[in-house]
Amino acid sequence: MSITYLEAIRAAQARALADDPRVFIYGQDVGDFGGAFKATKNLAREFPGRVKDAPISEDAIMGAAIGAAIEGMRPIIEMQFADFSTVGFNQIVNHAAAFFWRTNVPCPITIRLPSGGTSGSGPFHSQSLEAIYAHYPGLIVMTPATVEDAYSMLLEAVAIDDPVIFCEHKFLYYHLKADCLPTEAMPVGRARIARAGRDMTIVAYSAMVHEALAVADELAAEGTEVEVVDLRSIKPLDTDTVVASVARTGRLLCVGEAFPWGGVTAEVIARVAVEGFGLLDAPPQRLNAKDTPVPFHPDLWSVHRPTARSIAAAARNLLRL
Amino acid sequence: MVQTIVGRESETESAPFREQYVKAFRWMLLARVMEDKLASLYRGGKIHGGVYVGRGQEALSVATGLSLCKGDVFAPLIRDAAGRLAFGEPIIDAVRTYLGSALGPMRGRDGNVHRGRPREGLLPMLSHLGAMISVVNGMLMARRFKGVTDTVGAACIGDGATSTGAFHEAINQAAVERLPLILVVANNQYAYSTPTSRQFACANLVDRAVGYGVDGHTVDGTELGACLRGLEKAVAQARQGRGPQLVVAKLLRQGGHGEHDDASYIDPKLKESSLGRDCLKVAEDCLRQKKWVDEKTLRAWRDEVSARVDETVAKVQREPGPDPFKENWCALASKHLQEAHI
Repeated sequence: MSITYLEAIRAAQARALADDPRVFIYGQDVGDFGGAFKATKNLAREFPGRVKDAPISEDAIMGAAIGAAIEGMRPIIEMQFADFSTVGFNQIVNHAAAFFWRTNVPCPITIRLPSGGTSGSGPFHSQSLEAIYAHYPGLIVMTPATVEDAYSMLLEAVAIDDPVIFCEHKFLYYHLKADCLPTEAMPVGRARIARAGRDMTIVAYSAMVHEALAVADELAAEGTEVEVVDLRSIKPLDTDTVVASVARTGRLLCVGEAFPWGGVTAEVIARVAVEGFGLLDAPPQRLNAKDTPVPFHPDLWSVHRPTARSIAAAARNLLRL
Repeated sequence: MVQTIVGRESETESAPFREQYVKAFRWMLLARVMEDKLASLYRGGKIHGGVYVGRGQEALSVATGLSLCKGDVFAPLIRDAAGRLAFGEPIIDAVRTYLGSALGPMRGRDGNVHRGRPREGLLPMLSHLGAMISVVNGMLMARRFKGVTDTVGAACIGDGATSTGAFHEAINQAAVERLPLILVVANNQYAYSTPTSRQFACANLVDRAVGYGVDGHTVDGTELGACLRGLEKAVAQARQGRGPQLVVAKLLRQGGHGEHDDASYIDPKLKESSLGRDCLKVAEDCLRQKKWVDEKTLRAWRDEVSARVDETVAKVQREPGPDPFKENWCALASKHLQEAHI
């Protein structure tokens, strides 16, 4: 038996619904239809009345989630695409994120954002918004890269007493498979050494972890040992694991699929510069998407975002510095 | 969908109504005196940030607060001191939040009108207008999930907020879910300085009720009796399971947007019109005219309210503000997930 990243997300939601009567799912087309990506397939039937279709109203969807959370529920919100969460941005960043700080009343909401690019999806169905949400105090931002993390982190997201932005990568939905669901998990906030190496560190998260692992394979054939750090959650960001890796390798390349200005790669490099400057043997490098909207055409798209090819080029360049 | 218009002519004078009217008037008086005091503290430089008062809107606000029961949800806006008091917010919450007392419900983390007690169904407003409506929807949905019936929720907004996407999304959502939401619109003719002619083009905001598939109610916001009766009816219909109720009241803001604003843009003709009447004065005249209260009692109520406000302010002025060195500076309920490296 094998299970995909998408099936893991569905399974985690089924388990959350089964385990906790406070959990419900609310979002566009999530009911009988089972969601645009089928992440809630059959859940409306298995859990009558607890998987609710919403009107196309991201602001009101998030507002309702906040109200339900205040009343002690544990809503899971599916934004049909991460891109559309910007319509509910106000409720997420000004309301949900600030609520506990202002009132001392927790606001536990899991906001699932189908994120990242897939070929042909264009500017409005491809974005990676994790950095924007991580900017706001009061939010947890998860970016699972594996089937196991997709499952266990989604369950943890539901259990956390704060609003969690759960960035699930659409490219991984069907491509990524595991033999079975995990029975144990690393704690939230801890990064994972996805591959050990001694010559350079590539810090990545979400789909970019797999591109980085492909690069590590490629460079291993040339005699270079690349260490790949999977951040797992970008907020909190496990600076200790990153700095410890840089202490071993002396070289840092940070890769993200989001737009380049600011963002996760900048944050990682800033932290390493502040806390591990003396550990660096070369200037830290970063690789992001290009500073344009995400293009539609596959030839443009494959160059717009980092890929194993462009990451390998950046890695080789870093080794020469 | 039913559209009702509640004005002066439909007033009855039954004993319970008279009792409710008097009770409402006393909350209005307390709100007015308290806010006048806050305004004077602001002018004296004793309050940080703005002061936003409900002068001229007390009748509508108090009717909303009084129409709700304990256990209901209330999302007031910036001109709802009277409704808050009637709903059960202690007067000291307002004073502490304005003066930044560490002992207030917001503990200096948020100020002035951004106060509430969510666990008691009183929501602290966001400045982003229209945002609170869907939150009330969510609370009502949660209660439905939990099998709690017979509670309703009221959200207050102004004419300006009816132009927001949040308003549209939320009233439509409430209609789809057929929630017991009472959406109270105080059409006070100006959104900050913008007149309604630049805000919407429909003849009357209540006409929108038809489009959303909800009941609509028009009340005269300057008449306490009309407000009490209109809100009572709307809340009863929501409680009976008739779905969302849109209540629109016309009135005129008796002052600026906040105490910093001299309101020089308000059309003098509006001030002279019947819309420009001060609802507190109208209610007081009604009490006199109907001989429901004598002069001596009215004076005693005023004295009592002033003393209560002065005592509260004096008490709060002696309370400590928040200590930045003792503040934990953690925005998360899950403290173990707070960033350690920032």
